[in-house]
Amino acid sequence: MTKTAERQRTATAVPPVPAPAPAGDRFRRRLIDQVRAYGFLLGGLLCFVLFSWYPAIRAVVIAFQKYTPGSPPQWVGTANFTRVWHDPDFTAAWRNTLYFTLLALLIGFAVPFVLALVLNELRHAKAFFRVVVYLPVMIPPVVSALLWKWFYDPGAGLANEALRFVHLPTSNWSNGTDTALVSLVIVATWANMGGTVLVYLAALQSIPGELYEAAELDGANLLQRIRHVTVPQTRFVIMMLMLLQIIATMQVFTEPFVITGGGPESATVTVLYLIYKYAFLYNDFGGACALSVMLLLLLGAFSAGYLRLTRSEGDTA
Amino acid sequence: MTATRTLISPATLARPRGRAIYWTVFTAVVVLFALAFLFPVYWMVTGAMKSPDEVARTPPTLVPQHWHTGAYTDAWDLMQLPQHLWNTVVQAAGAWALQLVFCTAAAYALSKLRPAFGKVILGGILATLMVPAQALVVPKYLTVADLPLLHTSLLNDPLAIWLPAVANAFNLYLLKRFFDQLPRDVLEAAEIDGAGKLRTLWSVVLPMSRPVLGVVSIFALVAVWQDFLWPLMVFSDTDKQPISVALVQLSQNIQLTVLLAAMVIAGIPMVALFLVFQRHIIAGISAGSTKG
Repeated sequence: MTKTAERQRTATAVPPVPAPAPAGDRFRRRLIDQVRAYGFLLGGLLCFVLFSWYPAIRAVVIAFQKYTPGSPPQWVGTANFTRVWHDPDFTAAWRNTLYFTLLALLIGFAVPFVLALVLNELRHAKAFFRVVVYLPVMIPPVVSALLWKWFYDPGAGLANEALRFVHLPTSNWSNGTDTALVSLVIVATWANMGGTVLVYLAALQSIPGELYEAAELDGANLLQRIRHVTVPQTRFVIMMLMLLQIIATMQVFTEPFVITGGGPESATVTVLYLIYKYAFLYNDFGGACALSVMLLLLLGAFSAGYLRLTRSEGDTA
Repeated sequence: MTATRTLISPATLARPRGRAIYWTVFTAVVVLFALAFLFPVYWMVTGAMKSPDEVARTPPTLVPQHWHTGAYTDAWDLMQLPQHLWNTVVQAAGAWALQLVFCTAAAYALSKLRPAFGKVILGGILATLMVPAQALVVPKYLTVADLPLLHTSLLNDPLAIWLPAVANAFNLYLLKRFFDQLPRDVLEAAEIDGAGKLRTLWSVVLPMSRPVLGVVSIFALVAVWQDFLWPLMVFSDTDKQPISVALVQLSQNIQLTVLLAAMVIAGIPMVALFLVFQRHIIAGISAGSTKG
């Protein structure tokens, strides 16, 4: 603070008297300014051009090509799309991805919200809860995936041990065709919930206490207060997180790759996993890019919805 | 800290019944959190300390009968963990440094230097936020494998992590938004004092931007350390792989206790970082997200 004050004082003490520059000089000055500005901008800009914009355009181009690294690409029209479309894994991958997203919304959405609601009421050990709930987020996803793969082990896995402990029938978890996807959703929720809980907590804390007081004076009970005060007050954050979560879970890869390898019987093949398979197992980059374009369009639509939401709410808030 | 009014009124909580319910719920949540979040971690750490027979036993033992540390030393030696950890450190540190240099410079230019087409460029950068990164990994991989014009391949080179990491629209936008809020007169004062643009950035802007630089640094480090799909694609050479990729590749044919020990070791750096900076990280997430 004192430093800036000092600077300002010296600035006013020696008033700069810029001489009116001739037109040619001004143009040169501006040119120099631009060159300097682009000097600062260049490194970052180049990386965006190379690794963001160019690949995005290339995805669309290669989607219509037969592309083998090292040899000139050939245009094949929509052949990549039709080939991918007729792959039996295609339907499975989209169904699994959408189902995964839906389940992740149901579980990975309701659980953190309820948890945040309860945590917000607790007046002790606040820091402890926040640290503990965020701990799994900081564990590398690969480690969480491997850890849960071990828990789901049909032999000495902890998941079945827990079920046996409370005398429930054991499950096949990630090894059963009908339970595999849910098992993966549990892992993803466990690993990512911390961030969601923290954001909800922040939103809950911004609710003015008078609203609850007024509601209570009007005779609203606990559930009514949640319904008519908490939910409307946090609706924007809820919607925002929901969209972000859809976008994130539609790109799920690590859990199916590490835990199930897409199995059993393609029960956990996701779209991104299929893209990976096309590129690195089948060496079919055209097919991989065709799939990428489809995923891109769908997620782009969600992102656009997200942006519109934040914009409109930002204006009214 | 003043107690702000939440769902339950302080008056309700003060009553004996309210207090009893509060402490019941409190205990339940503590137990739930311990079981759900701490116990899996405990199970992993102690699982690595059991003998191979004991890990496979049903019903399992809650505490290892004998504490072995052999799995940890085995993991360290057999799985070449020092090598992979070092690879990860190099990749993360480089990505962090390049991001700080190039994102800061670019954000400064976009915020204060008014480059021509600055708005268009910013729009283009923000548009990449809408394009989910993972959906573009394949064309990105093809680009990295054969850079346009230069026709060199960055595969199996840390540059393949470092350079794409710079194209981080989120961090750049975070920096730009922070620079936008810096008072203009301070920067002008520096210029009148004779400081060039670089000097102004270095000795005026950056010292004022410590909080945002901290947040960006943590995001940058965590992102590289946690990433899996991209390094999996880029590093086919086993000796160059970061720890996350190496763990999965080696998990197939290694003894369970050794794998568990390796997992623990792989998790330690990030968890340690979190425990040290937990206050800042948690505050950053809470603050950043509500502002949109």
